[in-house]
Amino acid sequence: MGELFGLLAFGAEGWGDELAAGAWLTVRLALTTLPFGLLLGLCIALAKESENTYLRAIGNTYTTVFRGLPELLTLFVIYNMVQLLANRIVQFVAPGSSFEISGFAAGVVALGVVFGAFSSEVFLGAIRAIPKGQGEAGRSLGLTAVQTFRLITMPQLWRLALPGLGNLWLVLIKDTSLVSVIALNDLLRQTQVAVGVTKEPFFFYLIACLIYLGFTLISTVGTNALEKRANRGFAMR
Amino acid sequence: MTDQSITSLARIAPQKAPPARGPFGLEKKVFDQIVLAIVLVGLAAWIIPNINWRFVDRYWLRYLEGILVTFQLVFLSVGIGALLSLPIALARLSKRKWLTLPARAYITFFRGTPLLAQLFLLYYGAGQFNAAFEAAGLWWFFREPFYVAVLTFTFNTAAYQAEIMRGAIQSLPAGQAEAASALGISRWPTFFKVVLPQAYIVALRPLGNELILMIKGSAIASIVTVLDLMGITSLAYARSFNFQAFFWAALLYLIAVEAVRRIWDRLERHLTRHLALSH
Repeated sequence: MGELFGLLAFGAEGWGDELAAGAWLTVRLALTTLPFGLLLGLCIALAKESENTYLRAIGNTYTTVFRGLPELLTLFVIYNMVQLLANRIVQFVAPGSSFEISGFAAGVVALGVVFGAFSSEVFLGAIRAIPKGQGEAGRSLGLTAVQTFRLITMPQLWRLALPGLGNLWLVLIKDTSLVSVIALNDLLRQTQVAVGVTKEPFFFYLIACLIYLGFTLISTVGTNALEKRANRGFAMR
Repeated sequence: MTDQSITSLARIAPQKAPPARGPFGLEKKVFDQIVLAIVLVGLAAWIIPNINWRFVDRYWLRYLEGILVTFQLVFLSVGIGALLSLPIALARLSKRKWLTLPARAYITFFRGTPLLAQLFLLYYGAGQFNAAFEAAGLWWFFREPFYVAVLTFTFNTAAYQAEIMRGAIQSLPAGQAEAASALGISRWPTFFKVVLPQAYIVALRPLGNELILMIKGSAIASIVTVLDLMGITSLAYARSFNFQAFFWAALLYLIAVEAVRRIWDRLERHLTRHLALSH
C-alpha cells in the first residue's frame, strides 16, 4: 500500500506532479469555458425570448441540436471543424502557410458551445420568472432597452439562474474529461499515461476520480456561498 | 348606464386581431413559411449533392447495428439502474445512519465524477485483477467491454435515479402514508401501493431526462472499443477519412433523442390522464 502511494510522489520518480499538471489544465479548461459559455447562453436565451421570429427559430434550433447530440460527438466535430476552418482562413489570408489551432482552444470552443445550449435554457427560465412589470417599469422610467436589461433584469436574473448554472458548472467539470480523447493533457489523460507506465490502473483511476470529486465538492461549497449572497436581500423561508 | 345598454354592449362579439403584416404585402405567417421553405430547400441543395453515396452504401448497415448496440446499452443500464435506485433511495431516506451514510457516499461518488473516469476505473481496473476474477469465474464478464460499459452506466444512472426518486418520494404529502397506516395497511404495502405509484408520476419527467442523458452519455462506451453508434462513427471516419461519418451519426442521435422524447411525452400524458393537469 505504501508503495502505491509512493507512486504519487512529486518529482522524477512519482506521478504526483504529472497528475497535478493535468488537474490544473482541467481547472483552467473549465474556467476558460465558463465566461464564453455563459455569454453564448445568455445571447441564445435572449434570441429565444425575442419578438423576431427568425431569431427565435435560430435559438431553438441551436438548443435542440446541441442538447440532443452526445458531448463526445460535438467535441470531435468541433475540434476537427475549428481546425479545418482556421486552416482555410489562414490559407485565404496567407496562402501556403499552415496553422494549427491548439487543442485547448478547440476544447474551449466545443465545451462552450454545449454549455451555451444548456445554459440558455436556464437563463430563459430565469428571464420568464421575472415579472413583466419590472422591465415595463424600467422602460416607463425612460431607460433604454439595454439599460433596462443591464440595470433591472440582469441583477434579478442571476439570483434565479444560479442554482441551474451551478449544476451546469458541475456537468462542465465532468465533461472536460472528454477532451482527453482529443489529445489534451488533462487530468484523465495524464492518469492514462501514468497507468501505461506503472500498470496500476485501479489505483490511478481511483485517484483521478477522487480529484474530480474534490473539484465538484469544492464547487458545491462555492455555488452555495454564491447563492447565499445572491439571496441576501430575501427573507429566509 | 341602463341595463339595456350594458347588454347591448356585451352583445358585440370580440373581434379577432387582423393578421400581422409582413414584407411584400404578404401575411407575416405566410411570409415566414416561405422563408422556412427557402432555408430548407437551400440546406437540401447544399447537403444532397455533397452526400457520398459510396460511403452510405458501405456503412449504412453498420450504422444501424451501432444504433442497436447504443439502445441495448441504454435500455439495459437504465432498466437495471431503475431497480437498483429504489433500495438506494430508500437507504438515503432512512433514519438509520449506517444506511444513509453508504447511500450518500455512493450517490456523491457516482454523481461527482466523470462517467468516462468511472468507465476506465471499472474496465481497466478490473483488468488488473484478472487472476482473481478468473478464479471467481467472472472474467468472461469483465473481459467484455460491452458488459463493463453496461455495468458502469448502471451504477452511474442508479445514483442519478436514486436522487430523482428521493426527491419524488419526499415531495409527497406525509398524509398519504399516514392515511394508509391509519387504515391499518402495513409498511411495505403502503410503500409499494400508495407511495411509489405517486412518486413515479412526480419522477416521470426527470426520469425521461435521465434516459436521454444516458443515450448521449453512452457514446463514451466507444472509447473502450464498444461498437455503438459513436464507435461505428469513429471506425468509419478512421477508415474513410470522410467527415460525413459525423454528419450521419449526428442525424441518427438527434432522431433517436427526439423519438425517445416524444414517446416519453406520450407515456407521461397517458399515465397522468386521471390528473387532468397537462390538458
